Amino acid sequence: MSVLELKERLAANHVWRSIFRHRYVDSNRNRALTIFSNVFLHIHPVKVPERSIRFWHTMCLGGLSFALFLVLTVTGVLLMFYYRPAIPQAYRDMKELEFVVSSGAFLRNLHRWAAHAMVVCVFLHMGRVFYSGAYRPPREFNWVVGVLLLVLTLLLSYTGYLLPWDQLAFWAITVGTNMAAAAPGIGPKFKFLLLGGNVIGENALVRFYVLHCVVLPLAAAVLLAVHFWRVRKDGGVRPL
Amino acid sequence: MDDQGRGQTGSGSDRRRFLWFSGLGALGAASAGGAAVVLDFVHPKVLFEPPTAFRVGRPEDFPVNSITADYARKVYIVRTEVGFFALSAVCTHLGCITRHLEEEDAIFCPCHGSRFAKDGSLLVGPAPRGLRRIAIRLEDGELVVDTALEVEKDAVLRI
Repeated sequence: MSVLELKERLAANHVWRSIFRHRYVDSNRNRALTIFSNVFLHIHPVKVPERSIRFWHTMCLGGLSFALFLVLTVTGVLLMFYYRPAIPQAYRDMKELEFVVSSGAFLRNLHRWAAHAMVVCVFLHMGRVFYSGAYRPPREFNWVVGVLLLVLTLLLSYTGYLLPWDQLAFWAITVGTNMAAAAPGIGPKFKFLLLGGNVIGENALVRFYVLHCVVLPLAAAVLLAVHFWRVRKDGGVRPL
Repeated sequence: MDDQGRGQTGSGSDRRRFLWFSGLGALGAASAGGAAVVLDFVHPKVLFEPPTAFRVGRPEDFPVNSITADYARKVYIVRTEVGFFALSAVCTHLGCITRHLEEEDAIFCPCHGSRFAKDGSLLVGPAPRGLRRIAIRLEDGELVVDTALEVEKDAVLRI
């Protein structure tokens, strides 16, 4: 029995057909239908020209950045099961993840490495887009979206840095918020809002936790949707 | 679909224009109101922070022409022949806690190398200005420092 016939047998029931709305016939039309009728798959086009997937044109940097974002989300959610954003639990929970929780150290390290790698990939991706001229009309707006995504990536790194609540975290946030406070006019107010007070304490930890786990990822997800949609609308990756 | 402009917003009847702009205005007012409420929400009204004013000791406890450092509370108590003043130990560059060097009789910051004189004025370094002089007063025979109140650069509590 061929693989295709096997699939047809598997799919010959009501439950399967209610989930997957395509058959297993190998025709162009059915291939297109398989892609269109899947919300995850249809982010990519049904067919891509060979030049779009040339490795050295994009070096998969955009895709890598997104893949790393997914790794960060999954590892981040898992870490959330053991981390409490309060003093003194935060530091203790981080220690617990390191030494007690099964695979805790691995997940935490994966989260950290993926964060650094994502920053690197995002910068390299920006450089690639620039040097290949992929920001020129009609793609100028997508460049802007990309820059916003870069800022969000850096903010995610910054807010996540405070969460272990160790000396490195505390002083990094001291420096960062003092820099923010140096902005004319709104600087000190912004620092007060960011910290939830005048000192770096329990309020700051909770606020940074909410920013890191909810607000910034949501903003990033929305902008990512726009970013990908824009690439598709402008004809996909098209080297000159 | 007909898109020749029949019943388009901006053009068309006065009633339609009125309703369009009223709707837009209402949406704007609601959004602005919502934003104001959220902004007020994230502003903390009650803070559980340690009080900024604290006692540091009696005047007799400090020798004349001395600098006493309290790194935990981030202040220097300086006594000159004339009287007392208090300096914030927080570096004006990016917020690290400075240190008083006895040998060199100067205050320096370990983070980026800023140096300050004994009176808090800036000598060297990426710091943009001298150390903040903060309020010190005498209360029931004890010196009380308040880190939230800043005073003039040459203010001295004469004792």
